[in-house]
Amino acid sequence: MTLRRPRMSVSAIVWLLLAALYFLVPLVATLLFSFRSIQTNACCSLAAYHFVLHNGDFWHTLRVSGVLALEVIVISLVLFVPTIYWVHLKLPRLRPLIAFLALIPFVVPPIVMVVGILKVYRGSPSWFYDQPNGILAATYVILAFPYMFFSLDAGFRSIDVHTLTEASQSLGASWPVTLVRVILPNIRAAALAGSFLALAIVMGEFTIANLAQFHTFPIFLQYVNETEPYGAAALTLISFGITWAAMLSLLFIGRRRGGQLQLAGAR
Amino acid sequence: MGFLELQDLHRNFGPVRALNGINIALGEGEFLSLLGPSGCGKTTALRLVAGFDRPDGGRIVVDGKDITNVSPNKRDMGMVFQAYSLFPNMTAQQNVEFGLRIRGRDKSQRRGRVDELLELVGLGHAGGRYPHQLSGGMQQRVALARALAIEPRVLLLDEPLSALDAKVRVQLREEIRRIQLELGITTLYVTHDQEEALAISDHVAVMYGGVIEQMGAPAEMYTAPKTPFVAEFIGTMNRLEATIVDGASGEVDHAGTMLRVDAARGRSKGERVLVLIRPELLELNAAGNGATANGNTLSGEVLTQTFLGPVTRLKVTGGLIADMSTARAAALPVGANVVAHVPAEGVQLLTLTEDIPLVNPDEH
Repeated sequence: MTLRRPRMSVSAIVWLLLAALYFLVPLVATLLFSFRSIQTNACCSLAAYHFVLHNGDFWHTLRVSGVLALEVIVISLVLFVPTIYWVHLKLPRLRPLIAFLALIPFVVPPIVMVVGILKVYRGSPSWFYDQPNGILAATYVILAFPYMFFSLDAGFRSIDVHTLTEASQSLGASWPVTLVRVILPNIRAAALAGSFLALAIVMGEFTIANLAQFHTFPIFLQYVNETEPYGAAALTLISFGITWAAMLSLLFIGRRRGGQLQLAGAR
Repeated sequence: MGFLELQDLHRNFGPVRALNGINIALGEGEFLSLLGPSGCGKTTALRLVAGFDRPDGGRIVVDGKDITNVSPNKRDMGMVFQAYSLFPNMTAQQNVEFGLRIRGRDKSQRRGRVDELLELVGLGHAGGRYPHQLSGGMQQRVALARALAIEPRVLLLDEPLSALDAKVRVQLREEIRRIQLELGITTLYVTHDQEEALAISDHVAVMYGGVIEQMGAPAEMYTAPKTPFVAEFIGTMNRLEATIVDGASGEVDHAGTMLRVDAARGRSKGERVLVLIRPELLELNAAGNGATANGNTLSGEVLTQTFLGPVTRLKVTGGLIADMSTARAAALPVGANVVAHVPAEGVQLLTLTEDIPLVNPDEH
């Protein structure tokens, strides 16, 4: 018996094409724009890419934001994974409260948040207040909280936390061993999804970094946009490429080990 | 003194008394089933033994040592859960190996033990598969192998077969018993399935309302129940309320019908009792065949017939249930008037008290 592949309806193809055009046209336009020569405005040249890649600020801000993203991801995972695990295991009644708290960063505008945070922490040590890896990282952890929480929460809901924990303990594992060897690998995809979203926030957040006067990647992007339009187009595509590379790495890691992991939802 | 002892265990959840002072002493290598309906406290007792919960009172002793306050990961107890509990990120082999890795066993030792146990549960060929690639029965076999890998002092099984289909259940329960006997491991098994408990246990403890109603060998539980609840929970039982008429001859009065039962001898006149008769002991005959000549009979009409394979179960007016061979049952169709002969021997008698819990026989 041969399996028939389900036929796609014409309307589905039309909608798919429209959606593809919606996303692809700006990208192609940006790509073509980025190929124009900085000197002559004529097509086609890689001068804009050369300008970006040979700009010291590009690498500097990319490194600052990259390290910042890594820091935010690590802090968020260290803070939220054990917390959400414990809430699921022992304090399920607290879950709605935490979900409510996780919504606050959505409600409070970034400008309000940064003004408040800068005022509150004005007297703090300079290693914290004057460094992007200090106050900015802490602020971004708050911004990433909802994304991290809802991703991890979905991950924890998709596994039987109680039974896995008890099975692990009955085999002699301590709490930390259970968390690291049993729970974490089974919410890996959710943790990666949360991490990816945190990365996207750090790589794209402008308001807070600008008001706090830190020179991050989005600030550099804005600067190039104002001074060198072709370079800005090239930078946009490079930034897009970084985002896609991160997403593909998420898919790759998530599918390793037989593809038995899922991002969220019931098993 | 038993190898595993539960001494006066109490556990309350708010106002609910989940365990109200249970005492169990289980010898080394013995298999005890905790049997009872939902909410009777059997799983609570098992979780206390596993260390996942702490008692409000009482002690748990293993091999003479009090382990009541020992954390679960230090109790050396293997557990198989009702829900599928294999670690999804690990293969069957890695699941079985997990406890050995935690114990720091070297690789060759681990491999040998894992292979041996997977063979023992008949899954030597499936070690490389992930849980989602295994059927429910296979997953529970791997879970059993995993629990046994650490050579636990006590094996705990919490309704491990309840999610499986009937055929696999029977097959797997026999395997559990075979392996338990082969390894001689002390085992505590929780189930609500009385057939399962009777089939594989050395001892059965029937629980109800947080207490052990009766504990004994399976045959003893079936033939000599000590409480009405046990009588009904283990198998199906006819319950006839009666009053002792003559303690010397064993005559009782059930709704105006005189019955003679050996178990009534020596009872005081006027005592309210419950006459308990297994369905297979009731002999049904068509009315008017002279069946009433020797007395000790109850009359009625066949209400339903349920085909159970070699036997057919007949329900008769007055709440009587009788099991008889399917061939004989054919002669007593629904609506037929019958007389049920109550044998004088083999019938149980219990003093009737006000607080006898009722169990619907249809549930079992």
